[in-house]
Amino acid sequence: MSFDLLFDPLFRVPFFTGLLLAGLLPLIGMYLRLRNEWLAALAFAQMASAGALLAMVLDWPMVIGGVLAALLAALLKGLAARAGANAYALMMLLAWAGGVLLVANHPLAEQAGHALFDGQLYFTGEGHLAAAALVCVVVLPLLAWLSRPLLLGRFFPAFYRARGRSERPRLMLFDLLAGLAVALATVSLGVMAAFALVFVPPLIAYRFGNSWRTGLAWSAAIGMVGYSCAFAASLGFDQPFGPVCVLLMVMLFVVSSVKYDRM
Amino acid sequence: MAEDLLLRASGLVAGYAAPVAGPLSFALHRGEILGLAGPNGAGKSTLLKALWGGVKVFDGRLEKAPDLQISHQAQGFDDLRGVPLTGRELLALTGAKPDGLPSWLAERLDRRLDRLSGGQLQFLRLWACLTAPADLILLDEPTNNLDRAGVAYLVDWLGHAHAGQGIVIVSHDHGLIDEVCTRVVEIGA
Repeated sequence: MSFDLLFDPLFRVPFFTGLLLAGLLPLIGMYLRLRNEWLAALAFAQMASAGALLAMVLDWPMVIGGVLAALLAALLKGLAARAGANAYALMMLLAWAGGVLLVANHPLAEQAGHALFDGQLYFTGEGHLAAAALVCVVVLPLLAWLSRPLLLGRFFPAFYRARGRSERPRLMLFDLLAGLAVALATVSLGVMAAFALVFVPPLIAYRFGNSWRTGLAWSAAIGMVGYSCAFAASLGFDQPFGPVCVLLMVMLFVVSSVKYDRM
Repeated sequence: MAEDLLLRASGLVAGYAAPVAGPLSFALHRGEILGLAGPNGAGKSTLLKALWGGVKVFDGRLEKAPDLQISHQAQGFDDLRGVPLTGRELLALTGAKPDGLPSWLAERLDRRLDRLSGGQLQFLRLWACLTAPADLILLDEPTNNLDRAGVAYLVDWLGHAHAGQGIVIVSHDHGLIDEVCTRVVEIGA
């Protein structure tokens, strides 16, 4: 066990790449949870994973393949809005089958598949960091703008239609932003670590937030602190990042539940 | 349309896959509170939804004033347990103002919605629709789930002049309809 690597400049880029995404993903998760659509994040992540593998086989950048596949998933989700969770389950099954077939039939895809599953954060480069920063710059202001329509959609579903306006374009934009952020996180952090960061911090923040604003702050803080601990632990104990991050997030939820129930 | 005319329905028949309610005819001017009364199953809520486009209109005509802003309070409410939203944040969503809220609710505005009683939550939700910027307010069974204090406050609020707005109320509560409405349209079963 050695924590010296934590201070190695080699790991700064991966750390900050993950940190940006660990702050952004929980915010996306807050709104997905609000709309009872948190399962969509797993569908986006699985589709991004399959897209990244396909891109690698085609000799394209994996990030591009992952993002395009997740955006396709977001579009499908918007078009099949009435199908709800059924659409997400079908996308996950499709992405899983496609991914496994690619891994089984292409030696390079096998290696990349393992990396996506384990979470290959330490192999991310400056391109990933730049993309994560760019996604944050684009998504955060748009998410702030979309916050009211998304909340209205949950609490007053007829608000826009009664005023002769459609809420659909705003919801589609949110789906695309969620797909973009989850796709980038999938190719940087791995499938399940990305999903854990979308799912667990909002789960805790919904309990402890005194308002929507504090809920968002709790969520981002839990994501970033949990991620930082996972990064240090996986380096210190020489373990793959993905499962360490997932375990830590689940532990955070369990601990916060125990404390909450005893209050 | 006359300047103060908000809405005119002529032989309106509405429904979902097939017509289930109507025909309904009325005209609503600014300052009026119109009650839609009738027995259960008469299609009052369906006709109210037809006024803002929430259901399909099968027959008749519906004329609206240009740029008419409609605020609609629907029956029922999603399960809000677990969502960290305060009363103040809920009001801000529709552009409603907390000014004029009864004191028993005003002092709880910064609490999460799931920390309010059912009656308080229903009144807050109603207030978010009543005081949202709108020319026409559509209320569907507004006294459902309200406690006595809430009903009394609502009746008092509706009793004050709202010259710039028109209000349509659907209710099985004949006491409310008789007390606050300036005109009543009976809808047959």
